[in-house]
Amino acid sequence: MRASIVLTCLVLIFLCTVYANAEEGAKWVGIDEAVMEKIASEHGREASGPLINTDQGDLLLFLFLLAGAIGGFIAGYYYRMLMEAKPEIKTRVVNQNAN
Amino acid sequence: MDKNTWFFKSTLLVIFTPLGILLLFETNAFAMHISEGILPLTWAVLWYLLMIPFLGIGIIQIRKRVKKEPYLKPLLGLSSALVFVISLMPIPVPIAGTCSHPCGTAISAIILGPFMSVVVSFCALLLQALFLAHGGLSTLGSNTLSMGVAGSFASYGVFLLLRKLRFSLPVCGFMAGLMADWATYSATAMQLALGVRGEEAFLPLFSKILIAFIPTQLPLGVLEGFITLGVITVLLKRRPDLIEFIYGLRTQEVRA
Repeated sequence: MRASIVLTCLVLIFLCTVYANAEEGAKWVGIDEAVMEKIASEHGREASGPLINTDQGDLLLFLFLLAGAIGGFIAGYYYRMLMEAKPEIKTRVVNQNAN
Repeated sequence: MDKNTWFFKSTLLVIFTPLGILLLFETNAFAMHISEGILPLTWAVLWYLLMIPFLGIGIIQIRKRVKKEPYLKPLLGLSSALVFVISLMPIPVPIAGTCSHPCGTAISAIILGPFMSVVVSFCALLLQALFLAHGGLSTLGSNTLSMGVAGSFASYGVFLLLRKLRFSLPVCGFMAGLMADWATYSATAMQLALGVRGEEAFLPLFSKILIAFIPTQLPLGVLEGFITLGVITVLLKRRPDLIEFIYGLRTQEVRA
């Protein structure tokens, strides 16, 4: 438990650093904008908009939240299925191991 | 509280406390794949053509194995969801002042094998390109090739090599995660340099892009290593028979 508390503290310190830097006005742009699009632009290539433009207002935030929630639910569902596998599945795995 | 429960609860605490706090921050969308329209059409098509054989083999493997192996469906579902969520997660890197995301392909490559991991990456990237303004459809081939193919094969290769050298499973998992991230961004740097260089020499531009990635991706690679280590360790503790079955290793050896 001590190790996990130390790790959590380290992560909290990291987040505080992020927050402090954000307050100073740092933009926290994605590396695509900071590196890829910048270099592409220097060479005459500009990014065009996505086919389905969901980057409008808070729509994208909503979709990210939805995607995270659905992804998390699916991960949890299958994790539970694996950890609490039906006895016949476990038996079949063990039998296949034996073979 | 037994040791497994303690380990599981500690892992959840370490992973989900910071994630929960991250949700409190106001964020914009941070896409880290090559955006729509950046690559010329010829290069976009070439990356698609190079990616398709890997995708095809992956699909054939899934169709064949899913009938024989009862645990494969839940493993496929778990890996797909993890890759999708992990590759959506923008993480701020204080030393660089930018955001980027891990890839998660090391987890799917270790659990499913590299070819099936390509299929998982393709599906995740397709959904992101369609609905989340993340990457693009014209660059889907190049992004799958970098994240799916380069990330999966590099991590899987490192994992197998270190296993042969008798490193413990968590160490192998950590190194696989590290390599997945670094290989992905090296491949992206190569694709971008080839796509936009025009008459300019390839190597200087490639080095320039790679060096620009380093402040962000160096620490993120380490983080991805820890994420992979965590997932593999949890699976190992909770279902050693699965890991044993996947790699045909004796439990004692796996636990060493």
